[in-house]
Amino acid sequence: MIESNRAAPPATSPRRRSVRQREALHGYVFMAPAILGLLLFTLGPVIASLALSFTDYGLLTDPEWVGLENYRDMIGEELFWQALRVSTTYSLVSVPLGLVAGLGLAVLLNRRMRGVTLFRSIYYLPTVISGVGVAMLWRWLFNAEFGIINVLLGFIGIEGPAWLTNERWALPALIITSLWGVGSTTLIFLAGLQGIPGELYEAAEMDGAGQLRQFRHITLPLISHVTFFNLVLGIIGALQVFTDAFVITRGGPNHATLFLALYLYNHAFKYLNMGYAAAIAWVMFIIVMLLTLLVFRSSALWVFYEQERQGKNA
Amino acid sequence: MSAIATPPATPRRRAALTPRELLVEVLKYTVLLVLTVTWLFPFYWMFTSAIKDDPQVYTIPPVLIPNPAYWNNFADAWGKNNFNLFAVNSVFLYALPATALTVISSALVAYGFARVRWPGRDIMFYICLITIMLPWQVTMVPLFITFKSLGWLNSYLPLVVPNAFGSAFFIFMMRQFFMTIPEELADAARIDGAGEFGIFVRVILPLTVPALAVVALFRFLWAWNDFLGPLIYINEQDLYPLALGINRLRANISATGTNALAYPYLMAVSTIVVSPILLLFFMAQRTFIEGISVTGIKG
Repeated sequence: MIESNRAAPPATSPRRRSVRQREALHGYVFMAPAILGLLLFTLGPVIASLALSFTDYGLLTDPEWVGLENYRDMIGEELFWQALRVSTTYSLVSVPLGLVAGLGLAVLLNRRMRGVTLFRSIYYLPTVISGVGVAMLWRWLFNAEFGIINVLLGFIGIEGPAWLTNERWALPALIITSLWGVGSTTLIFLAGLQGIPGELYEAAEMDGAGQLRQFRHITLPLISHVTFFNLVLGIIGALQVFTDAFVITRGGPNHATLFLALYLYNHAFKYLNMGYAAAIAWVMFIIVMLLTLLVFRSSALWVFYEQERQGKNA
Repeated sequence: MSAIATPPATPRRRAALTPRELLVEVLKYTVLLVLTVTWLFPFYWMFTSAIKDDPQVYTIPPVLIPNPAYWNNFADAWGKNNFNLFAVNSVFLYALPATALTVISSALVAYGFARVRWPGRDIMFYICLITIMLPWQVTMVPLFITFKSLGWLNSYLPLVVPNAFGSAFFIFMMRQFFMTIPEELADAARIDGAGEFGIFVRVILPLTVPALAVVALFRFLWAWNDFLGPLIYINEQDLYPLALGINRLRANISATGTNALAYPYLMAVSTIVVSPILLLFFMAQRTFIEGISVTGIKG
């Protein structure tokens, strides 16, 4: 009850004050699970994993302090660079592609028409049922000989590659798979589009601006905060891809789809290099933080907040 | 981000369309239609592959409508591979307990963030938000080591117990909902001398049933689809959830040779596992879509 000294604004009457105090006390009670959870399942493990990353630990013997050796090993490890390359390439292609596709779909769906709810649901569906079953489905669709994708390509005279067993095409196949899940990005964009006041378009139309110009000068700036949000989510998601890589390609062929998350999993649970795995996790964490920071920094240049201009808060 | 659920699409009414505009409209609808068919096709292919036999699976050009259809593939693939047990594990050992704990804990914490005033609240909320950004890999290794030393491997405890402590995503989501409830309601009850917990249970919770439903839906779904968690913690086949069961079927397809009916069975089981989710989704699509629009949670 000492902490209530600092609680909230000055009390106006003794009665009011005691209500405030009691409220603050209850605040902590409500918060107890979150604080405990944060310590037990987030903060504690984060610190533990940093400490582990400086050790050699194979689960069977006690951890042995090795300083920066894990990080030095990583730099010298060809497979680490391969994993970094795979994750980077995947992010660089799938995130922008997902943004463009997501926005495109959202624009198409942002209209009054019959059954628009059904359409939205259909596009969102794949993200709801993501999982092993769907990964298996894509394995089958991409089958070199009997997969429907290559069969369809055959109809238009293209001989499809052996997607999943071909070093060059395995990663593109996973990127295509990821596009099927663009529905959540679309819905977030859609919410943004629907927040744009219709009068802006009407005014632009009276000034003679065509649809493309309207899109460029009204739509894009006014949804830039949504784009920003989707970009951050996309980066974080892309760097953590695991199930698809594990189920569809198992990281192959010849490590062509060895994502960082898979590389980490292998070291932790296949080779039981817990210390090294923790070091990889921290490298991933730092990459995510740096990228997010970069996006946040750059946002001043391209994200337009209408609330700021109007002096309202969201 | 503004929390718009399903507002009416901003209409741009025009008196009449010029021929060029009409063309653009027609084009847009065509693109949308083609895309939609493409989007749905994988589902169709999964389903039809499930009711084929091997000759039909390995035919070029492919069989679009299997005739005869082998409906018993569903029962065979499911029954022969112990999927009844996996389904029970998925639902009763994992999804239901995880969902119940998440709903209770996230609601409590979110209410603490949204409507109870206490020092340090906002800082705590930002910390909570930052943890959403934290890659799961960072905590994975220490948590595994901890749960192993507790003797929790080969049980669902590592996947269920943490839910009792709230999850940042759902806390954020619930908070957004709680914020929409007029503060005066709670204040009035407070002045009348009601305790915070009483206000929460009797005044606030009844108003947030839809929000609780969204959280429950998403959490159930995540557990149902979760692959990595069980992969790490569950080794015993009798404890497998559906996801690991499907993954085990994959062994029927290998570089050295593919077992009889490997693909139909795999697709049959996948179809069955996906079906309840499809059903749930179409029954509650409004709830899902509002949830995603409000918070931007990925499915």
